[in-house]
Amino acid sequence: MAPITMIEGIRQAMFEEMDRDAAVVAIGEDIGVYGGAFKATEGLIARFGRERVIETPISETAIVGAACGMSFLGLRPVAEMQFIDFIACCFNQVTNFVAKSHYLWGAPVPMVIRGPSGGGVHGGPFHSANPEMYFMHTPGLKIIYPSTPSDAKGLLKSAIRDNNPVLFFEHKFLYRRIKEEVPEGDHLVPIGKAIIRREGTDLTIVSYAAMAHTSMEAAEQLAKEGIEAEVIDLRTLLPLDRETILTSVKKTNKLLIVHEDTRTGGIAGEIAAIVCEGAFEDLDGPIARVTALDTPVPYAPTLEERFLPNTEKVVAAARELAKY
Amino acid sequence: MSNPLTREQHLELYYFMQLNRQLEERMVRLFRQNKIVGGLYSSLGQEAVSVGSCYPLEKKDWIAPMIRNIGALLVKGVPPRDIFTQHMAKYTSPTLGKDGTSHFGDLKVRHIVSPISMLGDLIPVMTGVAMAGRYLGQNIVALTWIGDGGSSTGAFHEGLNLAAQQRAPFVLIVENNQWAYSTPVSRQVPVKNLADRAVAYGIRSWIVDGNDVLAVYKASKEAVDECRAGRGPALIEVKTMRMRGHAQHDPAEYVPKQMFEYWKARDPIALYEKYLTENKIWDSKTKAEIDARIERELDVEQKFAEESPMPPPELAEEGVYCEGCHEIEAAWQRPKAELMPPACSIEPGWQVKDYGAFAGVEAITKQIAAPIVSSAGNGSKVAKPVVKHVGKPPQKQPVRVMEPETLEVPRVPFGRGPKDKSVRETQNPRDRHQNPRDKRGRR
Repeated sequence: MAPITMIEGIRQAMFEEMDRDAAVVAIGEDIGVYGGAFKATEGLIARFGRERVIETPISETAIVGAACGMSFLGLRPVAEMQFIDFIACCFNQVTNFVAKSHYLWGAPVPMVIRGPSGGGVHGGPFHSANPEMYFMHTPGLKIIYPSTPSDAKGLLKSAIRDNNPVLFFEHKFLYRRIKEEVPEGDHLVPIGKAIIRREGTDLTIVSYAAMAHTSMEAAEQLAKEGIEAEVIDLRTLLPLDRETILTSVKKTNKLLIVHEDTRTGGIAGEIAAIVCEGAFEDLDGPIARVTALDTPVPYAPTLEERFLPNTEKVVAAARELAKY
Repeated sequence: MSNPLTREQHLELYYFMQLNRQLEERMVRLFRQNKIVGGLYSSLGQEAVSVGSCYPLEKKDWIAPMIRNIGALLVKGVPPRDIFTQHMAKYTSPTLGKDGTSHFGDLKVRHIVSPISMLGDLIPVMTGVAMAGRYLGQNIVALTWIGDGGSSTGAFHEGLNLAAQQRAPFVLIVENNQWAYSTPVSRQVPVKNLADRAVAYGIRSWIVDGNDVLAVYKASKEAVDECRAGRGPALIEVKTMRMRGHAQHDPAEYVPKQMFEYWKARDPIALYEKYLTENKIWDSKTKAEIDARIERELDVEQKFAEESPMPPPELAEEGVYCEGCHEIEAAWQRPKAELMPPACSIEPGWQVKDYGAFAGVEAITKQIAAPIVSSAGNGSKVAKPVVKHVGKPPQKQPVRVMEPETLEVPRVPFGRGPKDKSVRETQNPRDRHQNPRDKRGRR
């Protein structure tokens, strides 16, 4: 099969799942005739019609609320946020109703909320967010943040089939920048399983989404200096794959966490706590992190560059850590 | 007044209203005995709304009650023990003690969506329920309630607008009980009737006396029928009165006494009893029988609840995710093939009939929005989207007011508190000359 981009992987997942199951519907703003702001749903309405590709007014709360209501009757809606930043508009619906329904009154909510996230494309402060940690703190949700076309496709298909509400973050910097061959047939990637992208012995770098690629680049540079880094791509943030992280840290004895989200309250803190609880005796150095600044995402390229982590920052931090 | 209800149905309406009231009165006693774990929210005086609006629904229809709609739960077939155990946080409650009050649902049998405390959020959810029911060919109607207070939320607007855009078979009962916690409705919204807002959404609306169970039933029946016929959504404003505080802790001293007196004279159960007697639908013997039956039933149900255990502590850790514990299967009532390619495939594109600018519009035009008769709804019966001509005269009056002649709701004037002198005067003229300064016409 020819290599495809991440956006194509997402598109294929939507087509295949809607072809497979009439209970799968898409709902969101401009997802039909226009095909979505990033064309993730292009061609969907022509194939599946208006009943299955539901174009809504600009109403994020209504989109998520309606998708939730539809799921109560056994449908599996996939709701699109035009940019994931707008998920803040329906925060209450997601965190108080959708996430809690199963725990409180035994009502499963098999729905997906997907949308483009992340910076590096000069989207400015309202089109570049990484809001995963708001939801990481919400029991009942699952959070997926893939880094490759193949994972994006396989995980989105798994998310649609999952009986729980899944937030599916798509890093827009990766949408069209990388291409990859995707396995043929019904390609599913399990939720809740991290993947080791590169084996190493000197330190572990835990990352996800665009920063997984940055971490890989950094690992290649570090290898030239004789430092062998093991790179873990989390893929699913919630539930977090503790096993893979702990096993790797027990092997390398050092941990560096890299994420594009802001520093305070980022996932690095949670992973550090997990490692302290589960592998403290194995650590040979302090747990290090490379993250974005604790600021909104600035607009000007010079500012955004300063804001975001990059290969140099990761290499520098890893070099320091390797000294222990 | 003639209506199509049978004698049995008339009596059933009474049974549910009285059951609702007696159940809640028992819970007040349990609350005072410290047997209710959390808050207790009374629907005293609003029984006709819950019962009358839920009564026209069929078994397959869906509801999402609010906290003061216990009567609707009873009509839907929820046993009183579920209400008792929920409030007492018992392991035998529908949520096993994980949530209280009327916060529980039933997806499979009774089709009830659990309420949440963030008001307005159920409006888009029930819109989705209505859309899914249509999608699956079930021909259902989804109904929920919102208070005068909750009608100011953003979710109210987003949900109702989506329902209108989708022409969803969805009924919204705006339960105007005059008070949002301590704030009178006149201090929340500047419109006279909350139903006036329906015009802005291009949907049908009704205004009814919420203390007249037959009026509530009749309007709800019409609205449900309209929705089932594909002419939804619908909005009904019921004017009623919250006869207690926001919850048990709140003595509601901010409510003018005269206002309580006014509404006490319009008690929905007393009014209905009078109706049944005057129309010779029952006699005192029948009433005594029904009342005794209610007592008997509640005795058993309350005993069950009081004797039920609290949930085991380890339950707190269970059930965050659905891990195969629920089977999710839609109940299809239409061929799936209709929704699979090639049958569902279309030629994408928008049809725009005019260009939206100045056709028939003067430089400045003042008018009430015309109702949209057919729409660009996704999944609605109309296949192609149509943008209606703006200047067209309305084909049907969007608001039909069924206003009982005697219904005059005392309102607190905008900008004045309930204890304000001028408010007391208008509500009780006897107070007028008690203060000599008033004679000089000072306000």
